[in-house]
Amino acid sequence: MPSPIPVTLIGGYLGAGKTTLVNHLLRERGERRIAVLVNDFGELPIDDALIESRDGPLLQLAGGCVCCSFGSDLMAALQQMLALQPRPEHILIETSGVALPAAVARMLGLLPGLRLDAQLVLADAETLRRHAADRYVGELVREQLQSADLVLLNKTDLVTEAGLAPLCEWLRAVAPRSRVLCCQQAQLPPELLLDVGTLSAGPRRPAAVPDAGVLFDTLSLEFDHAVDMAALAAMLAAPPLRLLRAKGLMRDRAGQPHSLHLVGARTASAPSSHAQPQRGRLVCIALRGELQAAHLHAALAACAV
Amino acid sequence: MKTTVFQARKILTMNPSRPLATHVAVRDGRILGVGPLEELAGWGPYTLDDRLASKVLMPGLVEGHSHLMEGAFWRFVYCGWFDRRDPNGKVWAGAKSLDEAVQRLSRALATLDDAAAPLAGWGFDPIYFDNRRCVREDLDRVSTSRPVGMIHASGHIINCNSAALAAIGWLRSGIDHPGVPLGSDGLPTGELKGPEAMMQVAQVLGMDRAVLAGDEPALHLFSRLCVRAGVTTATDLASPLPDAAVDMMLTVTAGEDFPTRIVPLLRLMGAPAEGVERAAALRERATDRLRLGRIKMVADGSIQGFSARLRWPGYHNGAPNGLWYMAPQQMRQTLVLALQRGLQVHTHTNGDEATEMLLELMEQALSERPTPDHRFTLQHCQLADAAQYRRMKALGLCVNLFANHHFYWGDEHHRLTVGPERATRMNACATALATGVPLAIHSDAPITPLAPLFTAWCAVHRLTASGRVLGEHERIGVADALRAITLGAAYTLKLDGEIGSIECGKRADFCVLDDDPLAVPSLALKDLPVWGVVQDGRVFAANDLPTD
Repeated sequence: MPSPIPVTLIGGYLGAGKTTLVNHLLRERGERRIAVLVNDFGELPIDDALIESRDGPLLQLAGGCVCCSFGSDLMAALQQMLALQPRPEHILIETSGVALPAAVARMLGLLPGLRLDAQLVLADAETLRRHAADRYVGELVREQLQSADLVLLNKTDLVTEAGLAPLCEWLRAVAPRSRVLCCQQAQLPPELLLDVGTLSAGPRRPAAVPDAGVLFDTLSLEFDHAVDMAALAAMLAAPPLRLLRAKGLMRDRAGQPHSLHLVGARTASAPSSHAQPQRGRLVCIALRGELQAAHLHAALAACAV
Repeated sequence: MKTTVFQARKILTMNPSRPLATHVAVRDGRILGVGPLEELAGWGPYTLDDRLASKVLMPGLVEGHSHLMEGAFWRFVYCGWFDRRDPNGKVWAGAKSLDEAVQRLSRALATLDDAAAPLAGWGFDPIYFDNRRCVREDLDRVSTSRPVGMIHASGHIINCNSAALAAIGWLRSGIDHPGVPLGSDGLPTGELKGPEAMMQVAQVLGMDRAVLAGDEPALHLFSRLCVRAGVTTATDLASPLPDAAVDMMLTVTAGEDFPTRIVPLLRLMGAPAEGVERAAALRERATDRLRLGRIKMVADGSIQGFSARLRWPGYHNGAPNGLWYMAPQQMRQTLVLALQRGLQVHTHTNGDEATEMLLELMEQALSERPTPDHRFTLQHCQLADAAQYRRMKALGLCVNLFANHHFYWGDEHHRLTVGPERATRMNACATALATGVPLAIHSDAPITPLAPLFTAWCAVHRLTASGRVLGEHERIGVADALRAITLGAAYTLKLDGEIGSIECGKRADFCVLDDDPLAVPSLALKDLPVWGVVQDGRVFAANDLPTD
């Protein structure tokens, strides 16, 4: 059986920048073959420059990528994506502005062949507080933030520096489980949002988003011992480590190949269909200056079996 | 120019200046005149048609909120608790226990030739079985080899057997979803709740979306149900209306023997500008019998499903508030654009918070784009209070209330969802009339049966299935109820100049009854036999409909 396709949910209220992020990720996708599912094609979600042809509800994009609108039937659209040949390597779902990403995430569990990678929730720095206090949708907006693995606080150029700090503080209080990343025009490196690249080749240097190395630090660990997967997942997800993303392939207690994914506080570990790795590998990403290499080494050592 | 004069025992015209008559003259599908024969003779030579001489005619009934799915469901086995008449006129007795429902499926299975074909039932309603849960073992008694399942009356749950679960790879442990309850063995019990959990099994059972949205056979069956219910105009509320479906509907409804005027509303999911333009384009393709060019939005979910948005203090049993199905800004933009383009919008607002929001958005939209006589309509609008009706009046909104709901779910509303007090104000027909809000009432078929006379009975008596009168004050008189299922519903569709009453110039659409609905005891209204309809001057007797 092929390994499950990672799925990234892109949620957030109207106007937060979901479509901008989708286009950004499509432009900076590297070699990834991505399938994008959008709620509707309405106000032209995909940059014209990225579209190669249109076949009914399916847009053919550059590099074998596709985009499909799902309307009220995300399940059917996902089944369609699973049937594509060749299979997409990554699926992005841009949810509707009133969707609860957590509910969409639960739904993914009903389709074999998919793996929820991350719930990204965008927030418009300028209007967030107002929407979160809205009489009708305030509760919904707060729930969206709370379910996020990563909150992408977008359009920070529209607020003053003095306004940004209390906003971040407010976010941490409203959504304590979520890690917050500030950005403008949803410009964040795909390594962080999608995956850290293939482990054998090491993390790819993004070509067109040069600030990846400026904003973030990456630590790559190699080791020979087997690992207590549950213990390692729990340690890496602990808030003080401040990790944004991690990916690993290693031998578990039983000596079998096992993969580990972490995004914010979400971890997923599962037996891997990869060939037995020569050496265990773990790649970790955190904001520049927040990567705690010594603690990561120690955590890994503590989980050795 | 051929003129036919229909003779009737009595004609209830709904035109107050000539409320009763004995003859109606028809030319080119339209009403030339209604009155005594000698008066009608002034229009020139005519043919007298006395087939309806012993019948009572009233304006063709208008179902302002139904779905073609009612026609689609009848290809599956009816498993509901209440008796229900199928498109062939056969009345299926209600299945009064889980065992009866299972037996009914087993009997249907014996008639299937294909050994692998799935078997599906619909209308299942275990609320009335002391809430004994149906589990997959119950349906394994029907078959262990082929997929078997039943969709509930609400449309929100499916029960299926082990073979159906196995067919989609779910007969395993480790499934983690609130819509898929697990048994003590860690395997799904076979109860699947909500569209996501249901969808894959629904496909295996042959209930996929395209089928349920109403394909060609479904449209024919739906129209036969309309004839049997005295309905000459019915809405399909609503569908994404892909081009292929529109082409099919245009062809089918143009058929010489197609007996119903269909009003399909375009379901707008998001993307207001694109949706409104598409509705405008569809309007250009409208024909007399397929009235395209209206928009439907959905603001929230259902009250019995706890997905409707309620104002404080929320659900009586403490369930968390429901869901928004569309963002307020998008709804507002849709309202403004539709006002600009002269397109009508009907909005599903079940809970009173959803109604409140729509009222607010309508105020904003009308301030931005003042529009006389827009007739935008709130659909269901089940929990609105008197103050909200006053705002509807001020904003020129119409309301189409779900009168049937009391009968089927009134006891649940009293006990569980909104509690005894608010249950009495649900579907407040009398308040709407007293406030001057234009009123229609509906079935939401297939959620409840397509039968406007029954809907009128519900509004008149407000009886629940257990016999409780739920909200005496909101009962309305028979004449008002009959108006709500004719002119009232026509008004919400801006068709009241063409249909809804029997008077010179309007379409020759009649509901043909064996007796006078104003003369029979009001409790008998729901059982009044419908002989058939006249639609566009064409006579359709229920007994002469094709059957299969």
